[in-house]
Amino acid sequence: MATHDIRVTVNGTAYDAQVESRLLLVHLLRDQLRLTGTHIGCDTTHCGACTVLLDGQPVKSCTVLAVQADGRQISTVEGLEKDGKLHPLQEGFWEKHGLQCGYCTPGMLMTTCALLTRSKNPSEAEIREAISGNLCRCTGYNNIVKAVQFAAERLGKEA
Amino acid sequence: MIPASFDYHAPGTLPEALALLSKYGDDAKVLSGGQSLLPLLKLRLGQTGHLIDIGRIPGLEYIREEGDFLRIGGRTRESALESSDLVRTRYPILHDTAKVIADPLVRNMATVGGNLAHGDPGNDHPATMLALGAQVVATGPKGERVIPIEQFFLGLFRTALRPDEVLTEIQIPVPPARSGGAYLKLERKVGDYATAAAAAQVTLGSGGTVERAGLALTNVGPTPIKAADAEKFLAGKRPDAATLGEAGQRAAKAASPSADRRGSVEYKREMARVLATRALRLAVERAGGR
Repeated sequence: MATHDIRVTVNGTAYDAQVESRLLLVHLLRDQLRLTGTHIGCDTTHCGACTVLLDGQPVKSCTVLAVQADGRQISTVEGLEKDGKLHPLQEGFWEKHGLQCGYCTPGMLMTTCALLTRSKNPSEAEIREAISGNLCRCTGYNNIVKAVQFAAERLGKEA
Repeated sequence: MIPASFDYHAPGTLPEALALLSKYGDDAKVLSGGQSLLPLLKLRLGQTGHLIDIGRIPGLEYIREEGDFLRIGGRTRESALESSDLVRTRYPILHDTAKVIADPLVRNMATVGGNLAHGDPGNDHPATMLALGAQVVATGPKGERVIPIEQFFLGLFRTALRPDEVLTEIQIPVPPARSGGAYLKLERKVGDYATAAAAAQVTLGSGGTVERAGLALTNVGPTPIKAADAEKFLAGKRPDAATLGEAGQRAAKAASPSADRRGSVEYKREMARVLATRALRLAVERAGGR
């Protein structure tokens, strides 16, 4: 059984880990690093619940090997809140009721976090396109779109 | 779901990758973006002893016009293709294709070379490349060889790539003036494979007749399908509605779909006809033929 010594930086903290070749990134995060904010949904590259940022790009962490992330930067939902203050996106999901059961939320937050990094004031169409790889079965998406618009406005005011 | 055990290698250079492929032969698979391969391993539809990850080899991600070709590095991400201004303005058929592959998250990992080398008739780039008359560069222990795309897809998940080769570049002939292309895909939802899809690339002559037409279909047969009869029919003709409609009919005849949850054989063949006709119409429009 092949193992590899890797180092990943998650939310700014470097972690050393020994991983099997076949270990998936989402299992490294949840089971070895105990960062359980990232959810496993469909486990078949469809639902996007496991979305994390890999070097700033949102990817499905059930479809990336942990060893592929060696030496790279990962951002997860745990890194959004800073010093007890919610990220504007998290506030937006709170204020606009962007979730019900919450299962898709970590993935939605990471995908839209990357969106707002590259596009300060995205149109509704851009938001819907960006989250088209993240499934939500509760909200019908409307409140998620409103939550992202709320965050874009809030971030614009802060800038 | 967890894949069966395998060993993982991350060579830093292409020669190292090729040496590993030569060493392990059939017991190795190239890992590019992994968005088809990893699900397959997780579902245990496939198994391999060794994954050779080409993700750390520099110089395999680029999109540039050089000489007579648009050259796309084998590991170029679909997201890079989608956001490329060169692709959007000069190769709209490729832009159309990139933006309907899987979903935006998958496209951040998935690669153009992988989309072709996987040999899945449900993938979207094969039809596009057939319509464009592309060729791929396969690099092996003895150097490079160029494979015309119409000789690349041999069967379901089977391509002309040898086990010790890596698909390093895709070469697309720079289209002459008055060329246009389009890719139209019918999908049940974002992320699904096509129920049917059609790729059309047209070059118009000075008199407004069709000088060259490339037409191909996605997911309506065991391999991507080049609609050669329709292409021949179009050559030299004025691309009016009746002619494009007849070409669509001929393309549908070349399809050999099988029934599944996406539809019956008849439905898929009919969708192939409709999409081929519409893709041709849009390609002609983009070529400047109104």
